[in-house]
Amino acid sequence: MAEYQNIFTQVQVQGPPEMGLDGTGGRLMGERAGKPGFSTLIGWLGNAQLGPINLGMLGVISLVTGTLAFNIIGFNMLAQVGWSIPEFLRQGFWLALEPPSPEYGLSIPPLNDGGWYIISSFLLLVSVLLWWARSYQLAASHKMGKHVFWAFGSAIWLFLVLGLFRPILMGSWSEAVPYGIFPHLDWTTAFSIRYGNLYYNPFHCLSIVFLYGSVLLFAMHGATILAVTRFGGDRELEQIYDRGTASERAALFWRWTMGFNATMEGIHRWAWWFAVLTPITGGIGILLTGTVVDNWFIWAQEHNFAPMYDGSYGYEDYGSYEAFIGQED
Amino acid sequence: MFPKWFDKWNRENPKDIYRPAIAISVVGGAVFVAAALVAGGQPYATESLQAGPRGTGMSVPEFKVDLAQPDPDIEAFLASTSDPVVPQGDEEIAGETRENVVPGLEDLTVENYDRLLAAMREWTGIPDLFEDPANYQSSVGYLMIGMTRNINENWAGHVNANKEVGVTCYTCHRGQPVPNNVWFRISPVNDSVEGWSANQNRVTMQSQYTSLPSDALEKYLLDGEQIAVHDLESRVAGTPGVDDYASIQQTERTYSLMNYVSNSLGVNCLFCHNSRAFYSASGQITPQWATATLGIQMVQELNNTYLAPLDGILPEHRLGPVYGDAPKAACKTCHQSYQQPLQGTNVIQDWPELANSDEPDYGN
Repeated sequence: MAEYQNIFTQVQVQGPPEMGLDGTGGRLMGERAGKPGFSTLIGWLGNAQLGPINLGMLGVISLVTGTLAFNIIGFNMLAQVGWSIPEFLRQGFWLALEPPSPEYGLSIPPLNDGGWYIISSFLLLVSVLLWWARSYQLAASHKMGKHVFWAFGSAIWLFLVLGLFRPILMGSWSEAVPYGIFPHLDWTTAFSIRYGNLYYNPFHCLSIVFLYGSVLLFAMHGATILAVTRFGGDRELEQIYDRGTASERAALFWRWTMGFNATMEGIHRWAWWFAVLTPITGGIGILLTGTVVDNWFIWAQEHNFAPMYDGSYGYEDYGSYEAFIGQED
Repeated sequence: MFPKWFDKWNRENPKDIYRPAIAISVVGGAVFVAAALVAGGQPYATESLQAGPRGTGMSVPEFKVDLAQPDPDIEAFLASTSDPVVPQGDEEIAGETRENVVPGLEDLTVENYDRLLAAMREWTGIPDLFEDPANYQSSVGYLMIGMTRNINENWAGHVNANKEVGVTCYTCHRGQPVPNNVWFRISPVNDSVEGWSANQNRVTMQSQYTSLPSDALEKYLLDGEQIAVHDLESRVAGTPGVDDYASIQQTERTYSLMNYVSNSLGVNCLFCHNSRAFYSASGQITPQWATATLGIQMVQELNNTYLAPLDGILPEHRLGPVYGDAPKAACKTCHQSYQQPLQGTNVIQDWPELANSDEPDYGN
C-alpha cells in the first residue's frame, strides 16, 4: 500500500489546481495573484501545488519595506568593504550594519554611524507589523481563530524588546542588536558577559525550558501521529471530534509509557503554549536585564540559588604545570 | 558474460544479497572499530589541568600527543645559552679592551661580554648586532637591553609568578630580528562608516579572525582603557557608554582581548575565570587571574615606554602598514601559545647581566 503525505511523500496528488473557498463574496478570489502550478520537488516536502497567493495591500507594503530594509543592510555592508563584491562575499558572515555608537543615546545619529541602522530598523518594523496584521486579516477572512496571529505576536514581542523597548528603557539605541551573521552572535555573547551570565536569569531559564520543551513535544507529537497514520491518525481533526482506534492507540501508548497522555486536541494546546512562551519569557528576561538587574550572577547569589564553591581556585592546589606537560624534574 | 547455466540458475533462485551484505558490513565494521578502540585505546586522549573546585567544570584540557611534544624552541634556547664565567677579580674589562661596547655593559669581564654578545646575536638573528653604533639596530638594541632588565627587575610578580624563569632577548625574538607575534594599529577597518561601525566586523589577526572589534590590543594594551565590564552589585543604574556603565560594544571589545589572551596562552577561559561568572567579587577567582592582570599592566608599560617610541628610530619598512607605528608587544609575543613562555624554562639563570640594571650577580 502506498504511503501518503509523509516526508518524502511517495505519492503526489497533481490535478487541476485547487482554488479553495471564498466566503467574502469574491474579495479573496479577486486579490489572489499568480497562476497556480505544480512542482514535484516541493511535492516531496508538502503540497505539490504552488500558488495562487493572496498578498493584499498589507502583504505588498510588507514585502516592499522588508526588501528595502534588507537592501539597506546589504549595501551598507558592501560600502564597508569599499564596494568590492569579492570582499563582500569573502567577509559576508563577518559584516554587519551596526546600531549607533553609545554617545548618541536616543538621538538621531549620523547616517554612517547608525543612521542607516535606524532607517532600516524602522522599515523592518513596518514590514513585520504589517505581515502580522496580514496574518490576522487572512485568518478573519477564513473565519479562523487567531492562533497564528497571537503566536507570531509572541515572536514579535521578543523582536520589539530587543530592538525597541529595551533600548528606549536603557536610553541608548546602541543596545540594539546588529544586523549581521556573526555580529548578532557577538551581541548575544556580549549581552551575557556584560550582565553577569544570563544563565542565572530565571526568565532565560524558563525560555530554555519552553524552547527545548517545544522540540521535545514536536518530536513526540510528530512521531505519535506518523506511528498511527496507518489507522487514520493523520486525520487529526476527525480524530478530535470522532475518536477512533488511532487516537486510542496513541493515547494508550503514552499512558502506558509515562502514566499520562495528552488528548488529540490538547496536544496542540501544549505545543502552541510551549512555542509561544519561549519568546514571551525570553523577552521578559531581556527586558529586565540592565533595567532591573545588572549582574545576574550576583542577583542569583543574593537570592540563594547560585552556590558558593569554597574550594581552592588555581591549578597549583591540584597539580603542577610541570607535571601537566610531563617535564617534572 | 557468464555461462548460460549460471544466469539461468540465478534467475530461478532470486535472492536478496544486498540487505544481508549491508547488515553484515555494519555489524562487522562496528566490531572492528570496537576491537580497535579496546586494543589501541582512545586515539585522541586528553589530559586536563584542574583549575578550580570539583564540580565546577574548571579545567584546561590538552591532547596527550601535544603534551608529549615539548616546545621545540626550548632546545634551541638551551643550545644558545652558556654558563657565566665567574669573575675572579683580575680579568680584563670589556670597556677597556673591546670597541663599540654596548652602553651599560662596559664593566663586564671580557669573557662574559663576548659570551653575552654572541648569545644576543644568535637570539635576535642579527649576526653583526652592535658592531656599528650608528646602525638603527644598535640604537634599538640598547633600549631593548634596558627593557629586558626592567622586566626581570620590576615585573617579577608576573614573569616569576610561579618560579624563577626571567626573560632574555630570546623569549620574544626566537632567532628573528623582529619577533613574530608583534602587532600594529589597524583600526578603523571598515570604509564609509564611523564610530563602533568602523572598528569591528572584519577578519583580522587583531580580532582573532572573529567579527569582534579589531582595536582591542590598541585600546587596552596601549591606551590603557578599562577592561572590566561587570557591575559588582546586582543593580547599578546607568546609561550605556556613559561614565563607568559599560556598553555592549565595550563588552565585545573586552571579549576580543580575552580571545587574544586565550589564544596567546593556549588556554580556555577557565584557566583564569571561574565557570559561573567572569569576575566575582566574592573571591571565587584564581591566582592566574591576578598574574594575568599584572601581565596586562606590564605590557602597557612596555608598549608605552619602550616600543611605541621606536617609530622614530626604526626604518619605514619595519613600521606598521596603516599608521607607520612601531611594532608592539602583547601576550603572544612572549607566550607563543604556551601558558608559560618556553614552557617555564628558566632562561635567566645563566644571564645575570640581563637580570637587573645593577652589577651582575655571579654568585661569587
